[in-house]
Amino acid sequence: MAGYSRTVGAQRYNFSDLKTLLAKASPARSGDRLAGLAADSEEERVAAQMTLADTPLQSFLDEAIVPYESDEVTRLIIDSHDEAAFAPVAPLTVGEFRDWLLDYPTDSKILSALAPGITPEMAAAVSKIMRIQDMVLVSGKCRVVTRFRNTIGLQGRLSSRLQPNHPTDDPKGIAASILDGLMYGCGDAVIGINPATDNVDQTVMLVNMLDEIIQTYGIPTQSCVLTHVTNAMQAIERGAPVDLMFQSVAGTEAANESFGINLGLLDEARKAALSLERGTVGSNVMYFETGQGSALSANSHHGIDQQTCEARAYGVARAFSPLLVNSVVGFIGPEYLDGREIIRAGVEDHFCGKLLGLPMGMDVCYTNHADADQDDMDTLLTLLGAAGCNFVMGVPGADDIMLNYQSTSFHDALYLRQLLGLKPAPEFEAWLEQTGIFENGTRLSTVASGHPLLGLAER
Amino acid sequence: MAKPPARTNSGVRAQRDSWSTLRRFTSARIGLGRAGGSIPTRELLEFQLAHARARDAVNHAFDVPAFSEALSAKQIDSLSLGSAAGDRHTFIQRPDLGRILDDESKALLQSKTGDQGCDVVFVIADGLSALAVERHALPVIEMTRAHLVREGWRIAPYCLVGQGRVAIGDEIGALLQAQLSVVLIGERPGLSSPDSLGAYLTFDPLPGRSNAERNCISNIRPEGLDYAAAAFKLLHLMRQARARKLSGIALKEDAPLPAPAELQKLFPNSA
Repeated sequence: MAGYSRTVGAQRYNFSDLKTLLAKASPARSGDRLAGLAADSEEERVAAQMTLADTPLQSFLDEAIVPYESDEVTRLIIDSHDEAAFAPVAPLTVGEFRDWLLDYPTDSKILSALAPGITPEMAAAVSKIMRIQDMVLVSGKCRVVTRFRNTIGLQGRLSSRLQPNHPTDDPKGIAASILDGLMYGCGDAVIGINPATDNVDQTVMLVNMLDEIIQTYGIPTQSCVLTHVTNAMQAIERGAPVDLMFQSVAGTEAANESFGINLGLLDEARKAALSLERGTVGSNVMYFETGQGSALSANSHHGIDQQTCEARAYGVARAFSPLLVNSVVGFIGPEYLDGREIIRAGVEDHFCGKLLGLPMGMDVCYTNHADADQDDMDTLLTLLGAAGCNFVMGVPGADDIMLNYQSTSFHDALYLRQLLGLKPAPEFEAWLEQTGIFENGTRLSTVASGHPLLGLAER
Repeated sequence: MAKPPARTNSGVRAQRDSWSTLRRFTSARIGLGRAGGSIPTRELLEFQLAHARARDAVNHAFDVPAFSEALSAKQIDSLSLGSAAGDRHTFIQRPDLGRILDDESKALLQSKTGDQGCDVVFVIADGLSALAVERHALPVIEMTRAHLVREGWRIAPYCLVGQGRVAIGDEIGALLQAQLSVVLIGERPGLSSPDSLGAYLTFDPLPGRSNAERNCISNIRPEGLDYAAAAFKLLHLMRQARARKLSGIALKEDAPLPAPAELQKLFPNSA
């Protein structure tokens, strides 16, 4: 292995291999400092970025940053790489690739065709030399549309996940939050519960409850209980009406092992959900969550920086044609992402996911020990709206009382829709208009007393 | 000075939600109403207040000397220690440093290793909310201590740690040759719970123990798990751990809580 080096002024910087170069070029992250991977100085970081810009994209196919022999995620990335799709950018360096992405002729169609030719490491590499505006602009050109009971990701649309969590999974408490969210026009991405009690019985109970609500009110959306795939598969065996399979995924085989999963298991889970044929307009049945720092926290990062590990998680996700993928960007805490790092990380995650062809949404969020607040979340939310993010979270008042963190609220989704003229998924929009909740696509109307939905939580 | 303008009823109102009565089913922030589609002023400021309290709790410094004095007043011996994370900023960003003692603290405990060891050491660490420790640790200590003394447990001096994380109990327990460690520590503040205390129990504490080898009692505060219930659960776990010589996933926290009157009898100063 030749290694990489560059002289900046009087200083010569050496980077022993591609993964070291990627890590040193990565914008400042507390998690990379914690792992001892970050650049030692600001100058070293830029020297690494300059070196990375001169590196041919082909290098990422020639030099695996985690060995092919020992990691099934690397094998997936290399074996599924589409040479023909890669051809238009094959002769380019990382720096030239950035210019190519920003160029006028590079449009949605070209970017869709390119996606199977881009590896996670290429996406991570180019993001490291892009500013926020570059990533917003290019993400905005990417369109990834997926379908189950509605159509998510169309131009000019923004969907939201209704997240009605409750600390004891109390059905009435959950129903009250669902009612609130629907009345605020949220829930077209999914109505998705993080269960407080994580077992098969509870999954069956909650899946049935959500299905009954969706059926009773004819809501064109899908449900999900965010439990481990093995629980959801057992729930299916017991006859539970599971719409979507949820799983947290990471970018190395070892990190996935710590989550109790591998690629074979994800494939089984997808087949189980497909066998129920519950989608009406499409069959994207997987819902994945990710987040920078997860591989480090599982002690399985192999010396790879957290943003590159994250992009590799998208490599895992795209093998399973998901309906929804989102990073839970600020959830992991300030030892991985702190303060303004959360903002850039959210934009990077969305960009890398979209470039790889994923239906990216974002859990714009933070914990109370991070140096972050609602203004930071507004900044990231607005950037993501401008970048064409497929969906965001809808949590009552932005306060998740079960997971104890702050995400985005129903009001936040309405803000973004109003500001940027973004409508919900078309099928859901029609339902909101029919039920008198929305008028003119982005605005709430005044709900009449006696509205049928008001009975939802009193049943 | 000009007279302030009289308050008039402008007629400007945020719109209320007719379903706000459903708040009786959940503590989630539902039925907030809206100004246009945005959050009304009053609800906005309520949220900011909750977040401000949570941030203050995270940044609040553990007053170790005051806690030590409070223990002395109850004739309880303590040792004042610090982790290798010297300040709050380092503590937040470097969880690894919050898990080990600083040199001075380590030397202090090493000077005690000639002693005969003990059955249990209580470690009181600020974690992510010193507020939780300052408000709720003393009642839990007193309630458990009365029973432990009666049952003949040899209890090490109570170790007070600034900038400490859960795993620092492993190093302390090992240095004091304790059979069990119990770490009382401030949990990460939620928006409605800035002062939630956690208790972590580890049998045969040694550096390198994993979280799967511990048992945890969470959300100890009057609005959550009250002191007497927490003390009851903790004592049950401690006795079980000692008898079975283990802690962690193999040890279930399964004792049914006695009726309130019975709890009151067990912990008379809990009222």
